[in-house]
Amino acid sequence: MLKKTPFYEMHIKNGAKIVEFANFLMPLQFEGIIPEHLTVRNGVGVFDVSHMGEIEITGPGRIEFANYITTNDVSKLQLNQVQYSTMLYPDGGIVDDLLVYNLKDRILLVVNAANTEKDFSWILKNKKFDVEIRNISDEIGQLAIQGPKSEIVLQRIVKFNLADLKYYWATETEINGVDVLLSRTGYTGEDGFEIYIDARYGEKIWEIIFEAGKDFGIKPIGLGARDTLRFEMRYCLYGNDIDQTTNPLEAGLGWVVKLNKGDFIGREALLKIKEAGLKRKLVGFEALGRGIPRPHLKIFNGNKEVGFVTSGTFSPSLKKGMGMGYVELPFSEPNTKLKVLAKEPVEVIVISGPFYKYGTHK
Amino acid sequence: MANIIEGIRYTKEHEWAKIEGDIAITGITDYAQSELSDIVMVEPPKIGRKIKANEAVGTIEAVKAVSDLYAPLSGEVIEVNEKVIKDPSIINKDPYNEGWLYKIKVTEPSEYDTLLTSEQYKALIAGH
Repeated sequence: MLKKTPFYEMHIKNGAKIVEFANFLMPLQFEGIIPEHLTVRNGVGVFDVSHMGEIEITGPGRIEFANYITTNDVSKLQLNQVQYSTMLYPDGGIVDDLLVYNLKDRILLVVNAANTEKDFSWILKNKKFDVEIRNISDEIGQLAIQGPKSEIVLQRIVKFNLADLKYYWATETEINGVDVLLSRTGYTGEDGFEIYIDARYGEKIWEIIFEAGKDFGIKPIGLGARDTLRFEMRYCLYGNDIDQTTNPLEAGLGWVVKLNKGDFIGREALLKIKEAGLKRKLVGFEALGRGIPRPHLKIFNGNKEVGFVTSGTFSPSLKKGMGMGYVELPFSEPNTKLKVLAKEPVEVIVISGPFYKYGTHK
Repeated sequence: MANIIEGIRYTKEHEWAKIEGDIAITGITDYAQSELSDIVMVEPPKIGRKIKANEAVGTIEAVKAVSDLYAPLSGEVIEVNEKVIKDPSIINKDPYNEGWLYKIKVTEPSEYDTLLTSEQYKALIAGH
């Protein structure tokens, strides 16, 4: 049975092309991926991300436990601070990438939709310390309001002074009398916010946000543009760029792995991987001519196969084909020329940093 | 609903062809452009190339996917639409007119009669 988010009827009303994604009926696009993409880069757009999973950890051992199952240092989080992190298997493979919210009396883990059940079982299986764990995904609606105009729109309906809400911080506040968890987070590279609400009040909040954003050209944005936006920032997508066969070090996520914070699942394996040296790295590359690198295509250097594409599409901001993929270490340096084996081979060059460099995220 | 126009023929691969004398104009259907969405690159066959009906002769790339272009008819490519190569989004906006892809000087005119009529094509995409 496919699930519908609290905003499903809104998507239909807005003419969405609906697809099945992670067992949900989700909007792939409304007016088109490119115009939606540009709306978020230049104005403000709203994503229904209610399919994402929310797992709540309560009890006195919650910080210690969250620290044990994730790679970033949860003990460093102040009240209402948020961090990006990964959760690993003992061999260093990635269970999921996630957000960790340190809230009053609870830790909230926000995980990928396709992984919610898997993650929840994994967390239960590894339960220790004095904690209670609940999967509250079905009770919560989530919207991401993203784009340079997101603050001005949200400030119209939130009393909390948003100028005081820093990047990767949250506040528990209200919109029109409805309690919401609001954080300055997102996965687009633009300034933006994510709002978690009781699913029952979802539609009302949606209407309030769109009313507030009317003068700023606010629009609903589908999963298609969500993918191209995160891609241009070179943010990893679980299932494409990272999964249980990849470790966070080779994926360029070493910055969310704190090997010296104490014991956590996967730590031993990562120490060994680090000592042995990485064999491959996730790199970004752009097409030198026409053509678009697509996921799963092989990457060659001359006649030698050196890797494969994990994400690849046309960048709506840069107007060319770009890709991400794992390549053997010697071929991971910027300016290395490689060839993606599409029907017509695509010449690419390795580049560093995000593809799109003008994001407004704080 | 996908727009299907009268007076032209269609293929199972979602191309259309319209014949005038021994010249056929071809493109992709409204259904095809809508399924692909956001077309960003198009590579029709080069002028002068001899093509066979049903042969993969080019590619069309959208943000999300790449798709082959199949020749609806056999013949020689005599003109390509430079406008859509420069701005492929024209195909999304107007697949049957401004968004045409290339012209063929047909060598097997009888092939045209084997292509799908608008009724047949309508039935085909109704099953999708």
